[in-house]
Amino acid sequence: MSAVESISFDHAELLRFITAGSVDDGKSTLIGRLLHDSKSIFEDQLSAITHTTRRRGMEGVDLSLLTDGLQAEREQGITIDVAYRYFATPKRKFIIADTPGHEQYTRNMVTGASTANLAIILIDARKGMLTQSRRHAYLASLVGIPHLVVAVNKMDLVGYSREVFEQICKDFAAFAEGLKLSNIVYIPMSALNGDMVVERGTKLGWYEGTTLMDFLESVPIDHDINLEDFRFPVQLVCRPQIEELHDFRGYMGRIESGFISVGDPVKILPSGLTSRIKEIVTYDGSVERAVAPQSVTLTIEDHLDISRGDMLVKTDGEAPRVTKEFEAMLCWLSEQSLDPRRKYLVKHTTRVVKALVSRIDCRVDINTLNHEAADTLKMNDIGLVALKMQQPLVCDQYQHNHATGSFIVIDEVNNNTIAAGMICPALG
Amino acid sequence: MSDVQEFVSSVESLEMAASEPVATKRYVARQLGHLDALESEAIHILREVAAECTNPALLFSGGKDSIVLLRLAEKAFRPGRFPFPLLHIDTGHNFPEVIEFRDLRARELGERLIVRSMEDSIRQGRVVLRSENQSRNAFQSVTLLDAIAEFHFDACIGGARRDEEKARAKERIFSFRDEFGQWDPKNQRPELWDIYNTRVHPGENIRVFPISNWTELDVWEYIAREELEVPRIYFAHTRDVIRRGNGLLPVSRLVQPKDGEKAENLMVRFRTVGDMSCTCPVESTALGIGEIIAETAITRITERGATRMDDQTSEASMELRKKEGYF
Repeated sequence: MSAVESISFDHAELLRFITAGSVDDGKSTLIGRLLHDSKSIFEDQLSAITHTTRRRGMEGVDLSLLTDGLQAEREQGITIDVAYRYFATPKRKFIIADTPGHEQYTRNMVTGASTANLAIILIDARKGMLTQSRRHAYLASLVGIPHLVVAVNKMDLVGYSREVFEQICKDFAAFAEGLKLSNIVYIPMSALNGDMVVERGTKLGWYEGTTLMDFLESVPIDHDINLEDFRFPVQLVCRPQIEELHDFRGYMGRIESGFISVGDPVKILPSGLTSRIKEIVTYDGSVERAVAPQSVTLTIEDHLDISRGDMLVKTDGEAPRVTKEFEAMLCWLSEQSLDPRRKYLVKHTTRVVKALVSRIDCRVDINTLNHEAADTLKMNDIGLVALKMQQPLVCDQYQHNHATGSFIVIDEVNNNTIAAGMICPALG
Repeated sequence: MSDVQEFVSSVESLEMAASEPVATKRYVARQLGHLDALESEAIHILREVAAECTNPALLFSGGKDSIVLLRLAEKAFRPGRFPFPLLHIDTGHNFPEVIEFRDLRARELGERLIVRSMEDSIRQGRVVLRSENQSRNAFQSVTLLDAIAEFHFDACIGGARRDEEKARAKERIFSFRDEFGQWDPKNQRPELWDIYNTRVHPGENIRVFPISNWTELDVWEYIAREELEVPRIYFAHTRDVIRRGNGLLPVSRLVQPKDGEKAENLMVRFRTVGDMSCTCPVESTALGIGEIIAETAITRITERGATRMDDQTSEASMELRKKEGYF
């Protein structure tokens, strides 16, 4: 197996990132550049886009064509949805959630951002901070993306001016302060010419920071996951009807956050009953400890009534809330507006309950960040609402724990996913 | 030593210094590599299907991606049984080695295998072909949709990956299909975090792709790590092939040299195992998994670009097939 080990990427970390910006900011060109310069574009892809570039009467290779997808998009020259792209360097594996900048930007960006470790916000150096840059920064802060790169692109069109770059950094930083965004890195670049994307180029000698690729390869992401609070939503109860295992009762699920060891005292919520971990079972044998985000099967010392939707937590440490109501930021995703008279379904961890929006506190104008009174939420609106549930949910505030602080809203009539929610801190 | 055992021993050999519990936890968490992350994500997805869907099936063809799916299902559900049967849509154009492998693997697992055959759909007049030897890839959808109707499946788990093809790159992990089995790319359910909406009305179904986020290289690395058996045509062997277009076509009862073509005996392996009439092998000397990984890591041609003639007929082939119910 030495051949395998010598070239295996097996212990590479996985970094998921999103790119925010419109076609005009050079977003597709930047992604094309990242893939091209990291040698992640295959020859048949390259020859296909070279062919298409020529057919459209242009010369060279239009790297932005790489991110074109569906026939419908090619016909209309638009991007209609989130596309996922994959590339790897010897240091890391990358997943890009590529979301279009124009249409349905809120819906698409929130969707792409929900699983991202990092966001790249593109700013056209000629135009500086625009309304949409503020919008992107706000959405990144709303969804709680841990790392932010502000890519000041098209530096070639402003003579690679240090002053222009520094002014944009200052403007962005001032705005970001109000959003409590931290971990921001600013990189000047020309995606078109390749400066500071993968290669440093020769034109930005005054810039001493890293290239975009260096940063993507090295930004520490192991702090992104909550390792403090053990949360284990039960997905399935395993009771194999086999002679030698007739007593076996395992709780299958994924550790959403934190850590668990054999012998640890645990509480089952919402019932509040307690027990101890007897065994941590995996297909590869039992283990002593397990950590987020591993999927495992747990057995406990006592015979308790536990089913899907229950959550195991540690008895020590921060306890989650068990509640039938909370406030949340809702991002509305559907063409059918929020109707406060209707009951919806809320899916939170592994639990699905009926719910009612009991109050709409305000809608956030994502261009000005002003809070406005509202009696509904429309597609792409973001608002602060109060929800009442028919059964209790076991939850944390989103800021502390994305997995137990997030939920989706489903329309029971047509089964569509109509909103995404992030739970706010408890009042009082 | 398996990765999990290795992980555990690394945890145990570590001094759990009471003063630095957070640092210790970070150290342990870092031991999980990308394959562990992808594996855990896939297990979580499979368990969501089992918990929320009434009557799922897992599409198993004997190819490498569905072989990985079976191991992930073992990881998700053992010591219990699979909460779904395996389903194969047999085009009648499969490589015999792959069919043999399919049956062997299903027997080893002791799980139920349902085979529905395109030959039957042709006999029933449900599928009409222009010629006996044309690619049957696109017509699988008819037999698949018939099988879904016959068994009332509300979810079909498949081994498709987003890195395979442009249309796949835009598909959800839980992909909704209407009562005609159609995929509507413009009207997909938003998929946030990893909270999956599995709800369908009777007659509709969901296609579920647990390894959406895996690449071809991830699949081979996982096969190596888990020491999974694969059909032997994935390894280099000598075979009679014909050069046609940009590819090599294997000589078989379906493909014979045309005028001006001649068969050559070359050392080749298959990167995908699909319809014999349109699946091309690549020249290779890779006799073991390690060598396949080495070749995959440095290849300059995409998996489908190298191996599937039917995807080259139009820029939108896959998109069009998927809209008609293809998995």
